[in-house]
Amino acid sequence: MKVTMTVNGKSMSGDAEGRTLLSTFLREELGLTGTHIGCDTSQCGACTVHVNGKQVKSCTMFAAEADGAEVATIEGQANADGSLNVIQQAFQDHHGLQCGFCTPGMVMAAASLLEQNPKPTEADIRHHLEGNICRCTGYHNIVKAILAASGQEVPAVAAE
Amino acid sequence: MYNFEFVKPSSVEEAIAALKEEDAQPLSGGQTLIPTMKQRLNQPSKLVSLLGIAELNGVSAEGSTVTIGGATPHAVVAADASAYPALAALASNIGDPAVRNRGTIGGSLANNDPAACYPAAALASGATIVTNSREIAADDYFQGMFTTALDEGEIITGVKFPVPEAANYQKFEQPASRFALTGVFVAKYADGVRVAVTGASNDGVFRWTEAEEALSGNFSADAISGLTVDASDMISDLHGTAEYRANLVKVLTGRAVAAC
Ligand SMILES: Cc1cc2nc3c(=O)[nH]c(=O)nc-3n(C[C@H](O)[C@H](O)[C@H](O)COP(=O)(O)OP(=O)(O)OC[C@H]3O[C@@H](n4cnc5c(N)ncnc54)[C@H](O)[C@@H]3O)c2cc1C
Ligand code: FES
Ligand code: FES
Repeated sequence: MKVTMTVNGKSMSGDAEGRTLLSTFLREELGLTGTHIGCDTSQCGACTVHVNGKQVKSCTMFAAEADGAEVATIEGQANADGSLNVIQQAFQDHHGLQCGFCTPGMVMAAASLLEQNPKPTEADIRHHLEGNICRCTGYHNIVKAILAASGQEVPAVAAE
Repeated sequence: MYNFEFVKPSSVEEAIAALKEEDAQPLSGGQTLIPTMKQRLNQPSKLVSLLGIAELNGVSAEGSTVTIGGATPHAVVAADASAYPALAALASNIGDPAVRNRGTIGGSLANNDPAACYPAAALASGATIVTNSREIAADDYFQGMFTTALDEGEIITGVKFPVPEAANYQKFEQPASRFALTGVFVAKYADGVRVAVTGASNDGVFRWTEAEEALSGNFSADAISGLTVDASDMISDLHGTAEYRANLVKVLTGRAVAAC
């Protein structure tokens, strides 16, 4: 079947079977490989995108379910001039990534948090990131980056 | 994953008609069904999405009853069920934000995972499960792990919760899966207290009736201090032994009462 969605503001179409996952559709049909597939079992959040403004795991939704929807992926996050947006820049400044595999999902999750809660506490951030797993950083610098992106002071986050 | 036909009807009638086909199955948030299909534990020929049916989505409160549409996502319950705060709090702690944006109450109750949160709320509240064809009392609905009173092709259209005087859910989280290692929902009504336990028993969600009797007489954590929970039917796995879970049932019940 033909599936059409608005991805990062542009209308895009492609072919999908019933079983085609949104993650597969974005990567293989639309060529948007910024959305990563880490576990493919709904655990890691590397595949996080926004569908109609809501954060979802694109490996746990069918492409056909997003037919007609507005989808936002990491490729649409940078500023119009191509510079990093405030969240991406904060990840760079605070060493919120090492290998970078989890980062697209982390940035999309952070964007969704800051939209609902512009000044989150450290606890709010950790609660919101429960579905995003990072193998490298130990999370502290990710939490710092999100605090910084929200315009708040960045304390030396205590180890839990 | 095996392939299937995808349909997205806009009314309950169309959905029921589509589900008449052999091996057709409802798809709600997909947060349970899609992972099981990937493992080929489930291979429907047709998936009937319930998310295009407007009347199945939303929370309403009337008098002392809160009604949740069968395809309402956890995040919407968390935000809109303020008339039943313990239920909203439970919804806000299911899984993670992405799971809460997709996963729905109807999918959770239809699946009846032995470690799921909503079954405890429904049983402790004496909720009514409303389907396309009938109303089922929570006491008759849950029939052991992954087993319910639903017939083939029958769908949950809503759940009616009588709002208690006080209630609290204590979830002892299994940190890797985010499900309840054990969870206890306590609800205090004018005519007595109900206590439902999830995550602990090999028979799925159950009522701890001894605690209900003790708490109906004296609603304080002390009232259950002399009780013991039988570990013989409890789940034992690498996350916790049966004895550990039996102890958690008592500890969490005490905490829930204290938090009411
Ligand atoms: C990472 C992760 C963490 C999770 N953590 C928790 C947790 O902490 N607590 C918890 O309770 N759950 C948890 N879940 C499960 C989650 O809440 C699921 O969303 C829920 O159990 C199933 O709901 P669904 O809408 O996604 O159903 P689906 O996956 O779409 O469907 C599940 C089953 O129910 C059937 N079905 C769906 N809707 C209906 C209906 N209206 N009538 C009849 N049958 C129907 C389907 O055919 C299928 O068999 C977690 C899931 C994930 C992936
Ligand atoms: S790839 Fe989707 S959650 Fe891990
Ligand atoms: S930076 Fe490597 S997984 Fe997070």
